[in-house]
Amino acid sequence: MEDHGSEILRRALAALPDAIVDTHARLGDATLLVRSEQLIAVMRFLRDTAGLEFDMLSDLTCVDYLGEIPRFEMVYHLYSVARNHRVRVKSRVSEEDPRIDSCIPVWPAANWLEREVWDLYGIRFNGHPDLRRLLLYEEFEGHPLRKDYPKEKRQPLVGPRN
Amino acid sequence: MEESPHLLTERRRETPADDQSRDLHTEHQILNMGPSHPASHGTVKFVIELDGETIVDIDIQVGYLHRAFEKECESGTWYQAIPYTDRLNYNSAILANLGYCMAVEKLLGIETLERCQWLRVLAGELARIADHLTRCGAACLELAAMTPFLYGIESRELTWDLLEVLCGARVTSNFIRIGGVKHDMPPEFPNRCRESVAKIRGLLRDFDAVVTENRIFVDRLRGTGLISKEDCLRYGVTGPLLRACGVPLDLRKQEPYLVYEQIDFDVPIGTVGDNYDRYLVCVEEMHQSLRIVEQCLDHLEKMGPGPVNVDDPRVRWPAKGRVFNRMEELIQQFKSVTEGPRVPAGEGYFAIESANGELGFYLVSDGSAVPYKVRCRPPSLINLQPMPLMIRGALLADLIPTFDFINMIGGECDR
Repeated sequence: MEDHGSEILRRALAALPDAIVDTHARLGDATLLVRSEQLIAVMRFLRDTAGLEFDMLSDLTCVDYLGEIPRFEMVYHLYSVARNHRVRVKSRVSEEDPRIDSCIPVWPAANWLEREVWDLYGIRFNGHPDLRRLLLYEEFEGHPLRKDYPKEKRQPLVGPRN
Repeated sequence: MEESPHLLTERRRETPADDQSRDLHTEHQILNMGPSHPASHGTVKFVIELDGETIVDIDIQVGYLHRAFEKECESGTWYQAIPYTDRLNYNSAILANLGYCMAVEKLLGIETLERCQWLRVLAGELARIADHLTRCGAACLELAAMTPFLYGIESRELTWDLLEVLCGARVTSNFIRIGGVKHDMPPEFPNRCRESVAKIRGLLRDFDAVVTENRIFVDRLRGTGLISKEDCLRYGVTGPLLRACGVPLDLRKQEPYLVYEQIDFDVPIGTVGDNYDRYLVCVEEMHQSLRIVEQCLDHLEKMGPGPVNVDDPRVRWPAKGRVFNRMEELIQQFKSVTEGPRVPAGEGYFAIESANGELGFYLVSDGSAVPYKVRCRPPSLINLQPMPLMIRGALLADLIPTFDFINMIGGECDR
């Protein structure tokens, strides 16, 4: 797995030097940090290149590094069923304009996961066809997994809609 | 309820030509099913657009069991998240414990002891059997077959009784610890477990006899809920659903963790990927899990008693006798209870094969005693997402077995 990891990083760096900001393989997890504008290009490269073949978007989430600039970090975990290897792709998103391109054209699995990130972190996804809240209800105010959302905050009680 | 504009109906109404070309003029109707419906186990709401009895489109609304799992984990210690993981999938709580603890161990760089690993596999496989039994048993119940459900639930009781002997709790077992397990198995456990395994095999035979070739059951399952291998991969579907399509992806084989490399078991796969294949895959996985359980018992007995928790001062609790008599251990006990381990700053993703598929935990630590981020990759949610693909164009009745075999567990799906 270790060798696989560094090989993936080496090939991605060679093919897309402008898109990749940083790489590391700490704890054996190969990780690419990419520019958010070029996220989709990197994803397509990882999916379509022979030998990498990341056919599955395993997971997609966000981390709120409150106080850092840019504040949010999108985290994508990719898995290749064909090759049995993994890679993590990360991309920073700013607080002022929390937007990033949607991964649905590459893997439709991203649909609900992106809705969840919108719901809990308030990141908008460009090109998402149906960006509704996933877990919470429409009347919910704020995005609760942001670090500045107090755990004790109460929300208005919403009655039946009809 | 106000109809959501994303449904096909709203778009269709703008193009009346569509209706004109039909032989029989029918109006599409919207049917709300759930969030609590007697024919589905799982709190989820379906907004179904029907043309007669045919499903034209479906919107699946999840989130009714959202309990802020991640937010709660971010405000307690690393240890305090373990009981929350119990509540993710109540059928196989141990597997969620295991996934979380192994992810924390990855960040801490801890390698657990061999005896502990065998115990974890043993407990995890019992939980997997309980999960599959619920899935298959409840599916029968919802297809109006009460008897096989009772066979399934009786066997599940047997596995839960075993887990009670092992961990002291039936459902929310809270058995796995960071760096080990709660305690070794009690001395009477292996014999009792062998007896139960034999009984479960008998019940599975009975189950098989009334269900597997039952005309009604086969007719309701065969050819329903079809999804292609390619669609499964594009939607990130894992577990029995993917294996029923013929993809032998099982993380126990692909990325062997614990002692699965030393264990002899097979990964059953299906051919077409319909509900019947899913049923057959689940039944065979139960037999394989029983095989694994027996191998674990044999191995644990051969090993003889020994330590189960890693001797690492960051996660080990000092022996009680020393806590009562020595200052150092007393302080350490106090620190362990109130604060728990400080996990080195960093990030890690670890995934195990749970009963529903890849159950992953992505953890971020800032070096403190409180997790910065605990992300659970919920197989239930991700497997549920392509459900519209499986039942568009099918009859309303096909929704029931399809939803049953997706085995969406609200606690894990909504977190």
